[in-house]
Amino acid sequence: MALVDVCGFQDWNQEEFPLGIRKRFLDKGHDFTFGVRNRELSVPLGLDPVEFLKPYSEGEEAVRINLQHGTTTLAFKFEHGVIVAVDSRASAGNYLASVDANKVIEINPYLLGTMSGSAADCQYWERLLAKQCRLYKLRNKQRISVSAASKLLSNMMCEYRGMGLSMGSMICGWDKKGPGLYYVDDNGTRLSGNMFSTGCGNCYAYGVVDSGYRYDLGVEDACDLARRAIYHATHRDAYTGGFVNMYHMREDGWIKVSKDNVGELHYKYAAEKQNLAQ
Amino acid sequence: MEYLIGIQGTDFVLVSSDTVAASSIVAMKHDYDKMFKLSEKIMLLCVGEAGDTVQFAEYIQKNVQLYKMRNGYELSPTAAANFTRKNLAEYLRSRTPYHVNMLLAGCDEHEGPALYYMDYLAALAKAPFAAHGYGAFLTLSILDRYYKPDLTREEAVELLKKCLQEIQKRFILNLPSFTVRIIDNNGVHDMEQISVADL
Repeated sequence: MALVDVCGFQDWNQEEFPLGIRKRFLDKGHDFTFGVRNRELSVPLGLDPVEFLKPYSEGEEAVRINLQHGTTTLAFKFEHGVIVAVDSRASAGNYLASVDANKVIEINPYLLGTMSGSAADCQYWERLLAKQCRLYKLRNKQRISVSAASKLLSNMMCEYRGMGLSMGSMICGWDKKGPGLYYVDDNGTRLSGNMFSTGCGNCYAYGVVDSGYRYDLGVEDACDLARRAIYHATHRDAYTGGFVNMYHMREDGWIKVSKDNVGELHYKYAAEKQNLAQ
Repeated sequence: MEYLIGIQGTDFVLVSSDTVAASSIVAMKHDYDKMFKLSEKIMLLCVGEAGDTVQFAEYIQKNVQLYKMRNGYELSPTAAANFTRKNLAEYLRSRTPYHVNMLLAGCDEHEGPALYYMDYLAALAKAPFAAHGYGAFLTLSILDRYYKPDLTREEAVELLKKCLQEIQKRFILNLPSFTVRIIDNNGVHDMEQISVADL
C-alpha cells in the first residue's frame, strides 16, 4: 500500500524469494542476462561505453567513427499483404565488400526483418530477436505478434542507447491483426505504418513509391512498384546496388518473389521508356 | 520540429500535438500520436529525442497504472506530475538521461483542471497555458494576448486554431495535422483532428 512504500517497509516474505535463492537464476524472459544477479552490461569496472564512444562519434577527436547506413530497403502494406524489397550491396567505406549480400532475415515463416546500417549489428540483433520469437512460441504455444516482436527489438536497442549501435530495420509479418509493418531504429524509434524505407537511399525510394502507390494495387503491380523504387535508389545512391531481393508477406506466410540484377533492370526500363516515347 | 500546446479552462484542459514523426529530413509517419494516457483523467504529451520519448512515457504510464492496481485509487494530476518530474530528475544525472519535453494535463474532482509544463532538465511548472517546440516561440504571445481564465470550450478551440494558423503561416516546417483532445471530469475525449484544410 502507499503507506508501506512511504515508510520503506520491506516485506521479505512476499514476492522477492518465493523459491528462495534459486529464483535469481531462473530465466525471466531475457536470456541475455546469462544468470547474472544485476542486469547490467558486463564491462570492466570504471568503463563507460557511452563516454568512451562520444569523442569518436560527436566530439573533437581527429579519428571519427562514421556510421553510414549504406543501403536501401523498403516495405509497404497494401490490400494483399506486405511487399518487402531490399538491395544487396554491402559497402565498407568506398570498397564493395559484397554485391550479393542478404539483407532480409527470415525470422519465421510469418515474420521478416530487413537490415540497414551496420551489417554486424543487424545480423546479430535480428538473430537474437529470432531466438526470442522462437522461445515465445515454445512458451506460449502461439506465434508472437508483429507488435511484440518489434517491441522486443526496440527494447534491445534502447538498452544499448548511445553505445554506437547502428541499425535501421523493418519488421514485417502477418499475425491475428492482419499484416503488420514496424520500423525499428538504433536510437529507439519504433513506428507502425503503411510504408517505410530505410538506408541512405531511402529518399529516392520514397519518391517513387509515394507517387505510384495505391492501397488497391494488384500483386504484380505492387511488386513492380517496389522493384522500380529500389532500382531508382540504386541509380542515384552510390551505396546501393547489386540485386533487388523481393518478398511478399501473405496471410499464409512469406514467399520470395524475385531477385533481379539492377543492371538488367536499367536496360529494361530504358527500353520501355523508349517504346513509350515512340 | 515538434509542437505541443495545452490550454486550461474553467473545468477542462485542451491539449494538442502535431502528428509528424520525422527522421532527419524525412517525415516517416503522418499520423503519429504523441499523447500517452496515464489514467482516466490524465494525459502526458511527450516530445524530444527519438527513443527516449516512448520509453520514458511508457515507463511513467505503467507506473501510474501500477499505483492504481496496488492502492485501489488513481494518482491525482499533481502527484503524477511530481512523480514524473522526480523520475526525470533522477535520470538527469545518470549515465542515461532522458531528453524529453512534456506537458501533463489532467482533471481532478477536488483540485479541478491542471496543466503542468516539464522540460528535459526536470523543471516543473503549473501554468494556465503552455507550449513546447519551435512553434512555441510563435504562439506563446498569442496565448498571452487572448487567454482568459474563464474560457469556454468553444473559445479554447478558437484560441487553439489561432495558434495553429500562426504555425501554418510562419513556421518554416510543414506540420499538416494536429490531434486534439479535451480532458474534463468525465475523462479524456478525442476531438476531431485539425488539418491544414480546416485552418
